[in-house]
Amino acid sequence: MASQNIDSAAELLGKARTGDFAAFQLLIESLQPRVYGLAMRMLRSTHDAEDVTQQTFVALIEHIDSFREESSLATWLLKIATNFALKILRRRKTVSMSSFSDITKEDSYGDLPHPDFIAPWTQTAPQIAERHEFQVELERALDGLDEKYRSVFVLRDIEQLSVRDTAEALGLTESTVKVRLLRARLMLREEMTRRFGDPEQSLRSDHNHE
Amino acid sequence: MTCEELLKALNDYVDGAELNEICEEFAQHLAGCNPCQVVVDNIRQTIALFHHGKPYDLPVAFQDALQGTLKAKWMEKFGEKSINPD
Repeated sequence: MASQNIDSAAELLGKARTGDFAAFQLLIESLQPRVYGLAMRMLRSTHDAEDVTQQTFVALIEHIDSFREESSLATWLLKIATNFALKILRRRKTVSMSSFSDITKEDSYGDLPHPDFIAPWTQTAPQIAERHEFQVELERALDGLDEKYRSVFVLRDIEQLSVRDTAEALGLTESTVKVRLLRARLMLREEMTRRFGDPEQSLRSDHNHE
Repeated sequence: MTCEELLKALNDYVDGAELNEICEEFAQHLAGCNPCQVVVDNIRQTIALFHHGKPYDLPVAFQDALQGTLKAKWMEKFGEKSINPD
């Protein structure tokens, strides 16, 4: 089975559908951290993220016969994982969960958070990514977002799901996803620019021209 | 296009949506508004930063437990020979 190392995802999926467990393991190797990461970012609990990851891959085994294209696999897994994560959030019955599904005035383009600290960054994103404390800083910034914004940002900008898939995964309309994504991006821009922006090159935030 | 209108159209521009009319107005505004240029660049950097962040590693003990669960489920579906061929 040494040739499996160079098999494409499509070939691995084909083999897995016939019952080849080794091919299945290779197929899901890179997908496990994505599913677990999504669950961790949505739930902030190792125990719950493990539950979601296990449920998701068990569901994959149950439905593996229905996959014909490997390209849809990651999207399907992330949507299933989101569904399991939402069930846990509902069980927790937190106040923030009610704000998750409720559509409020913040789900419109009125009163968008206006950029406050505007400055070019002192380093590029790849340079910052090399810093040791990088991951902790990012996760802390994500933590600062309300669940309803964080979930949209994680699915759309970290996992690169389309607006439609993000909306389907979260049970929201595409327009609500777009507004929440914009607010999430603006809030994280503010936070990240305060960390990485050059104060000496900061620009006026109260500018406004036609 | 005003700075406020630019803010509302920001997603479509950053995501490269093919809305030529918006893109043209957007580009025109950016050409004459340095703060908005920097905001757009900040947003692009922010997205790149999170997208290229390190993936979460599964805890080792969980990785082992998951492997066991999936193997059992696999045998249930495809039979024991799928894991342990003769």
